[in-house]
Order: sequence, then structure tokens, then C-alpha cells
Amino acid sequence: MRTTAAPTAARMGLLVCEVCRLVSRAPAPGSDAHCPRCGAMLHQRKPASLARTWAFLLTAMILYVPANMLPIMDTSSLYGTQRDTIVSGVAFLWTSGSFILAALVFFASVMVPLVKMIALAVLAASVQLRSTKHPRTRTRLYRIIEYVGRWSMLDIFVVTMLVALVQVSTLATIHAGPGAAAFGGVVVLTMFAAASFDPRLIWDAQRENS
Amino acid sequence: MHRRISLPPGGEARCVRCRALLYRVGRPDANERALALALAACIVLIVANVFPIVGLEVKGVHNSATLFSAVQSLWEDKAQAVAVLVFVTTIFVPVAELAGLIWVLAALRFGIRNWGAVPVLHFIESVKPWGMVEVFMLGVMVSLVKLAHIATVEPGVALFSFAALMALIAAAAAVFDADAAWQQLEAPQ
Repeated sequence: MRTTAAPTAARMGLLVCEVCRLVSRAPAPGSDAHCPRCGAMLHQRKPASLARTWAFLLTAMILYVPANMLPIMDTSSLYGTQRDTIVSGVAFLWTSGSFILAALVFFASVMVPLVKMIALAVLAASVQLRSTKHPRTRTRLYRIIEYVGRWSMLDIFVVTMLVALVQVSTLATIHAGPGAAAFGGVVVLTMFAAASFDPRLIWDAQRENS
Repeated sequence: MHRRISLPPGGEARCVRCRALLYRVGRPDANERALALALAACIVLIVANVFPIVGLEVKGVHNSATLFSAVQSLWEDKAQAVAVLVFVTTIFVPVAELAGLIWVLAALRFGIRNWGAVPVLHFIESVKPWGMVEVFMLGVMVSLVKLAHIATVEPGVALFSFAALMALIAAAAAVFDADAAWQQLEAPQ
């Protein structure tokens, strides 16, 4: 795919502020730059973008295992204790007939974190290998995962409401399990990983190879 | 890099390389509308936090929860990390974001630019991704369906307030013209 040979700010010695988007002249190399309008730190690319993305991403991947293996909530009633993981929660919704809701929770809690971690790994690896293929598609992929990541918090909020409401009733009590903290950690870490990734790196390889 | 050109009203500029939205021509009164929406959201937010979200009745025993009491029960249930996460994403960030937005818009509206509007706008931009009222709303819906199997569920005042809050925050964010705000803050006094 050919891209338009538009001049880039980086080649012209200009920096764009990541907060207020003001473009200003880069100072002498080595000195810290601050945006003259809003005072934010300026850098040509997010600092140590790939290293930070990988660090957050790998931690999230490790934490993903206990997040799915450990129970996110325990329901204790007269009939005994039932431990629910994320997947068994989805299965419960499905068998009780709420198919749409089951699909929704499956998408938000199982698909989104998994796809997000795989997509971020693909993006980071492609930048590392200086791939020049499909830059626009990769940029679009980044925007999508940056947007949908927050929806994985759904199960955390469900557990919050269940714990709050089924606390002192005579029928049952629900407690948050250790899986909930691990799962929350996965969501937070993947959000940090996505925020550390600089999509402009996808386009830098184009310039080097042209 | 792109040179800024003037666009027809309602027009938008996109990057020639990756098609990202660069800027959009807002209505001249965009930030006044944003202020009105943010003030409305602020009132709804108070209602949403004071009244119970859902009530539950099992064999005559009644139990209801506000958002803050839900966070408290998580904390007491030894799930402190989760409690902090829920508090930050559903209470702290939405409150801080709205208060900050009102602060900046009011400062611009009444021409008092040196009231720390720059750091406040900075702060709003950085916490924005962590406000999750709309995800919380969906979570409440899912938990209602789960509970409907075992008990009688009574939707509370705050449930509807949260739905309204979600819409108002989205509307205020959509109407808010950050570019115009930054340009106004930059202008010499």
C-alpha cells in the first residue's frame, strides 16, 4: 500500500503535545521539553513505549491465569458453598436462559481481555520487527482495542452489586473471591499497556524503508 | 504534519495517513452548551450517589445498596483492591472529571483564565479513560438479571439517575470543544 508522502512533524524538528496537541519546535537534544501552552512534558514518541507496553502486557498475561482459575465470588447458602469463576458465571447465565446476557458477558469478560492481549502483542511485535505491512489496519486495530478494553470491567461491577445486596439476607451470602482482584488487575494492566503503546511507531518503519 | 485550514461549519479534518480525526468545527457556543450539560450531570450525579440503586426482598427481609455502600461492603469483605478500583472508576473519576470540566468551562465563560484552568484541564484529559459509568450501568443490569432468579428486585431511584448520568456525561464530552478551550486559554489576557 502506498501512503501519501506528507511531511511529518518529526522530520521537521517539531513536537506535538500529547495533552493539548499544540505543535512546537523541539529544543536542543538532551534537554527536557515542556509544552509552552499547557506545560506537559514533550517527547517525539512516548518514552520507552515498547518496553513499557511489553512489561504491562506480560504481567497482565501472567495474572490472566489466576483471574480465570480462581473464583471471583463465593455464594454460601443453606445448601452449601458454590464457587463461581468468570466462565462458570457465563455458563450459569446461559443455562438459566438469558442467552443475550450470557453472550454479552462472555464477550466483555472472556473475549475482550484475550483479544486485547493478543492484539497488543501482535502490534508490539510488528513494530519491533519493523513491519511495513498494513499500517492503516494496525492503527485501526489499536484504536479499537483502546476503546473496548474498559468493557471488561463489567464482571467486577456485577460482583460488586451482588456482594452488596446478598450480604445479610437469610437465603445466602455472596463474597468476593481472589479471582476478582486478579481480574481487575488484568483490566488495569492491559489499559496501561495500551496507553504506553505509541501508534506513531507503526508509521516510523514506513519512513525508514522509503 | 498538516496545515490547519478553515472548514465549513460541521466539517472535520482527518489525517491523510491513518484517517484519525484531527479536528472538527464546533458550534461557536459549544462550550456554553457543554457547561450546561456538565451542570445538569452534576445534579444527577448527586442523586445517583445518595439514593439506593437496587433493593432486594427475600422472604420479607429487605436489603438495598447505594454505590458507596456497595464499595464499603467490598472493603469489609476483604476485597480492598477491588473496592478501590470500583471507587475510583465509578465515584472518584466521574466526580473529578465533572467538577474539573465545570471549573474550566466556568473560568472560560467568565473570563477568569488564571484560575488554574490549565492544570485542571490537564488533569481531566489524563483521568478520562478511567471513568466507567456506562460499564457500571451494564454491570448493574447483569446483576439484576442474576438476582431476579432468587429474589424480588426493586429498581431504585439511583438506577434511573445512573442511566441519565451516563447520557449526560457522554453528551457533555461530545459537545466539549477541547481545541477551542486550549486556544482560549492560550490567548493573552
